[in-house]
Amino acid sequence: MYYRQAGTYRTDYAQDMRLLPLKEDRILLGVVLLAAFAVIPFTASDYWLSAILIPWLCLSLVALGQNILMGYAGQLSLGAAGFMAAGAFACWNFMHRVDWMPFPVAVFLSGLIAAAIGIVFGLPSLRVRGLYLAVATLASQFFIVWVIDKFGWFKDYDSSGIITAKDIVIFGKSFTSPAEMYLVVLTITVVLTWAAMNMARGSVGRNWQAVRDMDVAAEVMGLSLLRTKLQAFAISSFYCGVGGALFAFTYLKSVEPAAFDINLSFRVLFMVLIGGLGTIIGSFYGAGFILLLPVFLNIFFHALFGKAVDATITSALEQVIFGVMIILFMIYEPLGLAKLWQNFQERMRRWPFKF
Amino acid sequence: MNPEILFFFEVLLGGLLAGVMYSLVALGFVLIYKASSVFNFAQGAMVFFAVLSFVGFMELGLPFFLALLVTVGLMVLVGMATERFVLRPLVNQHEDTLLMATIGLAFVLEGLAQLVWGVEVRRLDLGIPDVPIMWIADATGIFVSALDLVAGLVAAVMVAVLAIVFSRTKVGLGLRAVADGHGAAMSIGIPLSQVWVFVWATAGIVALVAGMLWGARAGVQFALVGLALKALPVLIIGGFTSVPGVIVAGLIVGASEKLAEVYIGPYFGGGIEGWAPYMLAVLFLMFRPEGLFGERIIRRV
Repeated sequence: MYYRQAGTYRTDYAQDMRLLPLKEDRILLGVVLLAAFAVIPFTASDYWLSAILIPWLCLSLVALGQNILMGYAGQLSLGAAGFMAAGAFACWNFMHRVDWMPFPVAVFLSGLIAAAIGIVFGLPSLRVRGLYLAVATLASQFFIVWVIDKFGWFKDYDSSGIITAKDIVIFGKSFTSPAEMYLVVLTITVVLTWAAMNMARGSVGRNWQAVRDMDVAAEVMGLSLLRTKLQAFAISSFYCGVGGALFAFTYLKSVEPAAFDINLSFRVLFMVLIGGLGTIIGSFYGAGFILLLPVFLNIFFHALFGKAVDATITSALEQVIFGVMIILFMIYEPLGLAKLWQNFQERMRRWPFKF
Repeated sequence: MNPEILFFFEVLLGGLLAGVMYSLVALGFVLIYKASSVFNFAQGAMVFFAVLSFVGFMELGLPFFLALLVTVGLMVLVGMATERFVLRPLVNQHEDTLLMATIGLAFVLEGLAQLVWGVEVRRLDLGIPDVPIMWIADATGIFVSALDLVAGLVAAVMVAVLAIVFSRTKVGLGLRAVADGHGAAMSIGIPLSQVWVFVWATAGIVALVAGMLWGARAGVQFALVGLALKALPVLIIGGFTSVPGVIVAGLIVGASEKLAEVYIGPYFGGGIEGWAPYMLAVLFLMFRPEGLFGERIIRRV
């Protein structure tokens, strides 16, 4: 095997602080990025781009946000969809009301708005944890969606209550084909993922993990719980808001508040649980899994019965499969798909030997 | 009496009686939490699963009591399966891990129920009319339905029985010991798996009762799961460990959400009911995190 961790000698601090210390990892990442930016936009079909890849990237961002809060900072939240809604509608309002605003700026600002709301709803986390906190975040879920639904201002008094996404224009160039939108989403995702990786391994991430592992101990060690927890809520909501804005503008296109219901929140939660708590890459695995399972189920049933099966049956079956997977992962591998992959890599490294 | 005051009392009473229904769902939750310190997120799903199965068996042609018996048996089976396949492998794990596992369980139960019985809305007729009782209406001018009164009565009886079981019997003592620590309880010879099967089966039966009352009111449908979610704020306000607290909190939540909907709702275009209980719970969390009757949580390093 060429992939080894042994034998990498670091001779200066810059090498020590690299994001990916292994040369093989860097090459792999380069190849993946090259494929994602230069090959996929030209080769993938429009269906794959707009029905699979774009929602996958958007939901990965949201899952990343949920993972920062749950996996790194240990704060259970069931409100991801609420913050997505906040981001989506904030972005629409920026684009709608300020003509000259470029799309990336609108997305960034809507992330900030989601973050501000996240801080407010994160306040209960200073007093409570676990299920108590989950109920408090449920309040945010229901409240945000209700506010957007009931106050016409957020939809500019549109009689149908549904907003329609505007074309994405950046510096005069419009990004409307699936491949172009995919590139926009991909760029934002890569930048934010890079930021998350650096936060997770730096002092910010270490503070989160200290709070997750034992908040009382972290406080005794001089860590400000107020700061750390609210920071986690803010950054998590920022990711959810940006993810939600992209989700609305590049995937859903026309959005009503009801699209961001509690079920979506649960889906995001499952992405994190199945993908891997406390790992960046796990958010991507989890989002991919949750998104692709229905597709595979459909193909499977098609092959089995020769015709499409009633959608209610597949969606019920989906629920059962998600539930069983969660239980199995909790029992056998609480760190999810990411950990399974890591175990596999380690096995391969010493293959064919057992130890 | 002044019609406005009368209307106020009517709304209040309607809210209180709706609150009793929330209490019934929350009761099963407290039962499991007190006996195993597991936050059972699946309680709402159990309500849905139980009543959908019950209606399903009735549709298959079983008479009322036979269907009831079969469903009770089914809920005991669900309790046993949960113990064997979910709880036993997770003994002594962190509370949050168990909570996630019960979220998984909730999805399994919801999915299974819909897979077996279908998704259409069903009516459930318990033979108790859901119309105002005339003689009360005539005497006081307030409209109360018989179903509401039955629900209140059932809740009161169940709470009384469970409170006595927990505080006065040996079984209850064992349950409280398990809640304090799985390992410690096992080491003094309490059969953990039997206790869990007992508790989950009981919670299943409580879920069935709650589901039947809910189903008779709102129809047997998936929306029951959403209604059951409102048991969570009830729990927070009442405290996770208190059986009487659940009733008091249920009444508070029911009354406040209906009053808010009727008197504040019109200013915002309605729909306050959907989130008012959760906001109330958040307020409680800020000032009294352990709830009205819960045990104070002390955390040490």
